[in-house]
Amino acid sequence: MNGVHDVGGMQDFGPIRPEANEPVFHAPWEGRVLAMNLAIAAWRKFAADHRRYARELIPPAQQLAMSYYEKWYAGLITNMIDASMITRAEVESGMPVPGSPKLTPPMTAARVPVFWSNGSPKIRNVPAIASFRVGQRVRARNINPPTHTRLPRYARGKFGVVEGARGIFVFPDSNAQGLGEKPQHLYSVRFAARELWGDQGGAKDTVYIDMWDDYLEPA
Amino acid sequence: MAEDEETPLDRRGFLKTAASGTVAATVPTVVQAKDDEHDHDHQDVPSDPALRAKALESLLVEKGLVDRSALDALVDTFEHKIGPRNGARVVAKAWSDPAYKRRLLSDANAAIAELGYTGQQGEHMVVVENSPTVHHMVVCTLCSCYPWPTLGLPPVWYKSAAYRSRVVIDPRSVLSEFGLEIPNDVEVRVWDSTAEIRYLVLPERPTGTEGMSEEALAALVTRDSMIGTAKVFPPGQGVTP
Repeated sequence: MNGVHDVGGMQDFGPIRPEANEPVFHAPWEGRVLAMNLAIAAWRKFAADHRRYARELIPPAQQLAMSYYEKWYAGLITNMIDASMITRAEVESGMPVPGSPKLTPPMTAARVPVFWSNGSPKIRNVPAIASFRVGQRVRARNINPPTHTRLPRYARGKFGVVEGARGIFVFPDSNAQGLGEKPQHLYSVRFAARELWGDQGGAKDTVYIDMWDDYLEPA
Repeated sequence: MAEDEETPLDRRGFLKTAASGTVAATVPTVVQAKDDEHDHDHQDVPSDPALRAKALESLLVEKGLVDRSALDALVDTFEHKIGPRNGARVVAKAWSDPAYKRRLLSDANAAIAELGYTGQQGEHMVVVENSPTVHHMVVCTLCSCYPWPTLGLPPVWYKSAAYRSRVVIDPRSVLSEFGLEIPNDVEVRVWDSTAEIRYLVLPERPTGTEGMSEEALAALVTRDSMIGTAKVFPPGQGVTP
């Protein structure tokens, strides 16, 4: 989706403002929202791709005005309603609808260390044909899906070189739509800054972007 | 979330319809005030984000969807178990042990696991080494991807549109704002974390640190030097986070 989350190359967001001695969370609720996102993930009703997509679907003006964890709060609710885990009425009332069953959470405090150290690998041990090889010149496809994609706008149609092969990974474009993981080869592709930005780019500078097979075509 | 990735919903149009209505109920009052004049459906959702988060947590606990003590343990993990001190130990070991550095650059997952820093958002690590000819820096232009086990949660500036937008088109002005001037004959290489690979920069070891212990070296290594917006200074000259 050509959304406002895809900011690479925009120029009018102003200075970067590092904060000295920044705390991990600026308020306790931020930590609770992030923790709820992870604890709910343990139900396996939706994946990181769905969570990112839900945040991207927040209308642009609101998305830019919201704080980071406000977006994670809103996205979580979207995901949970869509997965029929909660209803909008429940969010509004703060109460379960009468008669709804009390469930048993899969994520207990005792399970947190294992959950944490296991991580959530996105590499898949399935066969897939590699359409490209390291050293090959490629072009990023000029695709504009109205749904979730991890091909940034600034790279579309640009020529690059495959610098590395990462393995076979879940394809977010299909997974975020509920169309399956469609695992495919992932590559590290080098783009010259001048290819991306014309004379504005540094003569020696480069941008390396991770790209799935479906994002590329031979050049 | 190894367990959360296996069963994606199989409905077409996932999220397509859910988003607009739901988000309207959950965005901050400040941006929603105008809509509220015409639509009072959502007035029960508190405007204060702390209250809204608390209400959601209560709902989820009440329904048996989350366990409050699990949330406590997760927050404790974010606040106390992960952070840039972990990454600093990886860097110091790489500086001190050439065999470890080779392992780190060829198989970062395994090398980082030797020190125990595995976990969520660190499943697929790649370490890139700064040199006199290449300066690496890391960004996620599409969201906020960051190597949690080694660096902790990202600082606000890393997640900001200001950094994410500009670092790919004008990395040298970004570095300049961080007080770092990279000579024109040095390549600035920006890694855009568009997939599930998480990048950690191995900064150059500063001069004057010969013979220092790993522990003393680790104390010199800053978070920003492992993102690539700073260099590591010799002892007594460090200034950045």
